[in-house]
Amino acid sequence: MTTTTETAVTISVNGSDVSVAAGDTILDACTAAGVDTPTICYGPTLTPVNACRVCVVELEGSRTLVPSCSRPVEEGMVVQTETERVNHSRKMVLEFLGSGVDLSQAEEITGWMQQYGAQPERYDNPERMNEEVKIQDDLYVRDYDKCVLCYKCVEACGDDAQHTYAISVSGRGFGARIATEFDVSLPDSACVYCGNCVAVCPTNALQFKTEFDLRKMENWRPEDQSVTTTVCSYCGVGCNLELHTQDERIVKVTSPDDHSVTWGNLCIKGRFGWQYVHGDSDG
Amino acid sequence: MADLHFTDAVATDGERVAIDLALGDNRATEAEGERVVRGGASRRRGLRHLLLPALHALQKESGWISPGGLNYVSEVLQVPPAESYGVASFYEMFRVDTEPGHDDDVVHVCIDPACRIDGADELIASLEAEGKHVHRSPCLGQCERPPAVFIQGRKAPDVVPADAEPFVLPQAGDGNLQLLKRLGVVDPTSLESYLEHGGYQALTRALEMGPEAVLEAITDAGLSGRGGAAFPTGIKWTAVREAEGADKHIVANCDESEPGTFKDRMVMEHDPFALVEAMTIAAVTTGASNGWIYIRGEYPQATGRLENAIAQARDAGLLGDDVAGSGQSFELEVRRGAGAYICGEETALFNSLEGFRGEPRNKPPFPTTNGLFDQPTVINNPETLLNIVPIVLEGAEAYRSRGTERSPGTRLFCVSGRVVTPGLYEHAFGATLGDVIAAAGGAEGDVQAVLLGGAAGSFVTADSMDLPLTLEATREAGTTLGSGVVMVFNASDDLVDVCQRIAEFFKNESCGQCVPCRVGAVRQHEMIVAIGSKPMPQDKRDLHEDMVKVMADASICGLGHTAASAIKSALALGLIGADQ
Repeated sequence: MTTTTETAVTISVNGSDVSVAAGDTILDACTAAGVDTPTICYGPTLTPVNACRVCVVELEGSRTLVPSCSRPVEEGMVVQTETERVNHSRKMVLEFLGSGVDLSQAEEITGWMQQYGAQPERYDNPERMNEEVKIQDDLYVRDYDKCVLCYKCVEACGDDAQHTYAISVSGRGFGARIATEFDVSLPDSACVYCGNCVAVCPTNALQFKTEFDLRKMENWRPEDQSVTTTVCSYCGVGCNLELHTQDERIVKVTSPDDHSVTWGNLCIKGRFGWQYVHGDSDG
Repeated sequence: MADLHFTDAVATDGERVAIDLALGDNRATEAEGERVVRGGASRRRGLRHLLLPALHALQKESGWISPGGLNYVSEVLQVPPAESYGVASFYEMFRVDTEPGHDDDVVHVCIDPACRIDGADELIASLEAEGKHVHRSPCLGQCERPPAVFIQGRKAPDVVPADAEPFVLPQAGDGNLQLLKRLGVVDPTSLESYLEHGGYQALTRALEMGPEAVLEAITDAGLSGRGGAAFPTGIKWTAVREAEGADKHIVANCDESEPGTFKDRMVMEHDPFALVEAMTIAAVTTGASNGWIYIRGEYPQATGRLENAIAQARDAGLLGDDVAGSGQSFELEVRRGAGAYICGEETALFNSLEGFRGEPRNKPPFPTTNGLFDQPTVINNPETLLNIVPIVLEGAEAYRSRGTERSPGTRLFCVSGRVVTPGLYEHAFGATLGDVIAAAGGAEGDVQAVLLGGAAGSFVTADSMDLPLTLEATREAGTTLGSGVVMVFNASDDLVDVCQRIAEFFKNESCGQCVPCRVGAVRQHEMIVAIGSKPMPQDKRDLHEDMVKVMADASICGLGHTAASAIKSALALGLIGADQ
């Protein structure tokens, strides 16, 4: 979320001046200038952690590239987003991720990989995440083979949304993993099954069990799905729900990031409590 | 913050006692009869920095971070257990696994370059044959006496066996010494002895001069940081003095972990009062009232001597509410790291000290305005701080009489590997690589290569003996002084093996936060292992160059920026990967 103030700041992006509010980031300025920027760990509702480094840009006077998602604008900044250095770093970040993580369900990222010419096959026998799918309940699964360690789920579980703190990054380096304490199962952890982590995951490492099961049966058909916006009927808060349906059954529930009540977040009832709609006793 | 949720695991009585002892009255919960009352959010935030001391106490008591113990630590400090686990599992000295023998004493044996060419493998084999629990450790900061050993005791003090040997400074008696003149001369456990050897004259002088004059002297002296980045100290201190905020901090970055570096340990062990005095000068000059010495966990003797020095200085009124009658207050505390090279990066150090994972922060904002606890902070390497003493006592002009125009003063060099007398040396800037090696008795055998600046530095060959070891000359030559490492390898040393280990070091020590470093360090290691002693084909050279570029351009911190530089230099010099 951006801080809005009266002051406008003007910076140059690829040679054109663009004015944004003080407190905005270089990414905001790029967007305002009509420049597309790939982002993975950035989320409009989350505090930037600038960990993925795919949004880096060249800033005049800076020795290294800077992450556009977290760097506040300063008057007179001169930013380039299409230089050889920028393209190289973006390509390599995407290539590194592709060489170790299962990105088969991360369409946006694989699109950028094509755009920037990433070649993850350049590496001989690369070490990979190599994780089994964790299925510990009927609501959502965790497939850390698909995890790019963007920290978004940790933020959504913690300070940025749910304040439940069920998960953290554990370990170090390439061995770092998102985990509960001692990797205890989710039902044994502090998890309250709000599913806000699922909502922010950029690679489908976290996904609804319904989606996981349908994919397993090779029957997950986004092209045949429709989305119906409604208001949650459980309590009086008034959360917007987006019901994703396939073959007239709800397969997933989200809430819009820009909805002033939810900012994309829901609770266990709104997120997962739809079975009664179908009259199922066991979901 | 929501109510915390805990698993059923319960701490033992011993764990509770040990953790309580470490925390004293600092708890976020109070027992009121049967009821446990939680403190407010600010109290919880205010106590999180005690997480590392509490985890150290638990590790010491139980030999590992047990689930019950972790729950207890998390409860009394009101830190979510998943986060406490995230922190504990970050550090080499905290064990969270349940392998057989996981809770025994651990014998850490260094496997980094200076030790691996000098008996580390043999020592590990013999210790393991004795049934000891051996941990293959990154550099333990004892490169002058390989192979290095550090014993992490369970329910027993941590010990470095070599500390029992008498200390001899190779340059003892050399009248030119500035920073090392008291080492081996002064009694490091006695304030009285320190005073007899000129101690605290600089603080007295600094108080007479006043902060503006001290800042001017430091700026005029051209002092720059000795930890590796060479940032001008005068600019840093002035920025903190001018920064808004009532609470300011002085942090000594004593997390010396750069392979090949042991200078800070020696100074802290043998002249600890000098660091305390220099930090006190920093405090009265910048208006900071909080001081922290963040020291690596593998330095038990230095830790003990600093704690003793602080206690004696406090008793003598040289620390506390009214420092030396100046009316200014300065409190100083020692905090131990727990085994993580990355915590030597200044912002990672702040996170570690605050009880978070030791992951670097993005800069800006810089520590001078948003440092420890988000407050204005001076963070300096101990060697940098020691330089304050001669600058204050003799003035900038006399200080600049040593060294070169652009690298004034003297520099500490950690000389190790194939030299006759490895050890800590002080030379005026301008001494050549050949001079530094000659002062250590000369090389043993034919020099094949010298690693300058540590694992984050680069290799040079025997052709570089005339290279002046100044900031400007090394930069021009495409190398670095880094933390003052001069590690010599002769023709008999296997540099393929050394380079594979350097690559492994960065793979293990990357914090994992940003993609370029987390993945790049692994891919580099895989590549160097696969090449072995074979020639490196052009497509692999290009790929390595691609990796070097993204790590240097897009990583968050200096670890990623430099993780490929030693390997890059070894490839360029043909030390590895050369055509047969």
